[in-house]
Amino acid sequence: MSTSNVLKMPGLASIPIRRRKSKFDTIALWFVLPASVLMLATLLLPIVVVFILSFTNYELGNLEFSFIGFENYVRLFQDSQYWKSLWQTLQYALIVVPGSVLLGLFLALLVQSVQRGRKFYQFLFFLPVTATLVAMATVWKYLLHGTIGPVNHLLQSLGFQSIEFFGDPNLVLFSLSIIGIWQLAGFNMVLFIAGLMAIPQDMYDAARMDGADRPLDRLFNVTLPLLSPTMLFVIVTSSITAVKVFDTVAVLTQGGPQGGSDVILYSIYLEGFQYLRTGNAAAMTVTFLMLILVMSWVQTKIIDKKVHYS
Amino acid sequence: MMDKNLFYKAKRSLNLSTWLTHSILILLAFAMLFPFYWMLVTVFRPAQEVFSGSFHWLPQTFIGLENFHTALSQAPLLQVMINGVIVCIGVLVVQIVTSVPFAWALGKYRFPGKSVLFSIVLLGLCVPIQVPAIPLFLGLAQVDMLDTYFSLMFPFFLSVFAIFLFRQAFKSFPEDIIQAARLDGMSDFSILWRIVVPANKPVIAAFSVFSITAHWNDLYWPLIVITSEEMMTPPLGMASFADPAIGANFGALMAAATLITAPIMLIYTLMQKQFIQGVTNTGVK
Repeated sequence: MSTSNVLKMPGLASIPIRRRKSKFDTIALWFVLPASVLMLATLLLPIVVVFILSFTNYELGNLEFSFIGFENYVRLFQDSQYWKSLWQTLQYALIVVPGSVLLGLFLALLVQSVQRGRKFYQFLFFLPVTATLVAMATVWKYLLHGTIGPVNHLLQSLGFQSIEFFGDPNLVLFSLSIIGIWQLAGFNMVLFIAGLMAIPQDMYDAARMDGADRPLDRLFNVTLPLLSPTMLFVIVTSSITAVKVFDTVAVLTQGGPQGGSDVILYSIYLEGFQYLRTGNAAAMTVTFLMLILVMSWVQTKIIDKKVHYS
Repeated sequence: MMDKNLFYKAKRSLNLSTWLTHSILILLAFAMLFPFYWMLVTVFRPAQEVFSGSFHWLPQTFIGLENFHTALSQAPLLQVMINGVIVCIGVLVVQIVTSVPFAWALGKYRFPGKSVLFSIVLLGLCVPIQVPAIPLFLGLAQVDMLDTYFSLMFPFFLSVFAIFLFRQAFKSFPEDIIQAARLDGMSDFSILWRIVVPANKPVIAAFSVFSITAHWNDLYWPLIVITSEEMMTPPLGMASFADPAIGANFGALMAAATLITAPIMLIYTLMQKQFIQGVTNTGVK
């Protein structure tokens, strides 16, 4: 404390600071050099190259290629397979986002409402977030197995028909969504808890004075409105996570059955690294990047708004 | 009903609604953790019990470590985990060594191109590995480096997330301490590594657990660059072991899944605070 006061005294130590700030610090260039080289090699250059490749007919292993303009893009827009994978990714997101956001919010409200064991519950609910998804996907495959899975045992004992969770093309996205929600809910819970802790206690006191006596009144009149920026943020991050679904598809369904779980990243992977049609895969990558950038842009807007709030 | 006590740090005494809330929480925790439970009990079941069509909470016949033996003999799980450790540590070390000075320069110095670099960092935060994957693959193929540890690590050497986190932490580092160290004749380099970095251990620890988890669990990139079995990372080893073509021996599969998730679970148990902090840092602040 005392040193900082000394430094703020006019004419004393503030002079060297100001002098230092008035010119460029060459040492800083050395500090940024290594990461900048990596940035160029692993981020900027590859993005430029992906754009260029998307205008070519390059195929992996070929020695020659030519520029074909927008042909890849035109073909993509006419390709029903591509639209199917986009649509199915969207369907997956439309289940996972509401599911994981609402479950995350519910868990956060419950965890914050108890006096004891908050950290413990938080620990338990966050566990699925950290677990290796590929390994847990195999566990889920067993849990949801058509004949020997315990979930079907439960359904049968309740008098229902057993369900082929991964064998039915109309059901496979829903089954994958269960795993998606299971993995994401704890993550969202942590974000919601941070949001809840930022709500000042006086807001509740004020609401109580205004006659919001019942807990549900306070939930709808105070908590949820004040939580709405966090809510928006969580919705956008969950959406980005959901459209990036890949691991469970690659391990459990390989896009099947009958293309029923074909999603964007899995088709990019197949196109680029199995069918080796690099130019086409690059065009798909560019459209995917655009999608992610639009979503991230929305996210930045939300963060800006939140800063404005406080 | 369970809302009664919601948002109020009220009664110390355990009343009905508190009990209700706790019961709901325990029920939900049980449901969320059931996959882990099922994984662990299946490890100790014999194959015929796994395939019998009936449900039992516990193994009817306890077979000890047999499934672990099967898993370890059928898949190179130890090799795969050693690979995972090598990749995670290699990536983390380079990430920290390169992002710490970068973030420090962004936070405390003036130099040309600073705002451009920061914009690139923000852009990089949105770009997942699938975007640069094709050119990176072509480049690594060009220099004949596919299917190596280097190819597994290279795309992740730069962590814009680390830069972003560290910059936020470094920005508020007290100016007077830096000035005092300068007066003592310390170079900018040693001020950074001997004063600033030790003072920021918590944020570096939070990033480290984040990075280790992310790269231990990553499937997409290893799937692309790795072709030989002895170079596989844990998810890749798991995926190839779980290949439906082999036929499902769920007991051994659950044993493999247990082994592969165990290291991260252990780190998570020991460093829960850092994990949670890492998540909260991603955006809300």
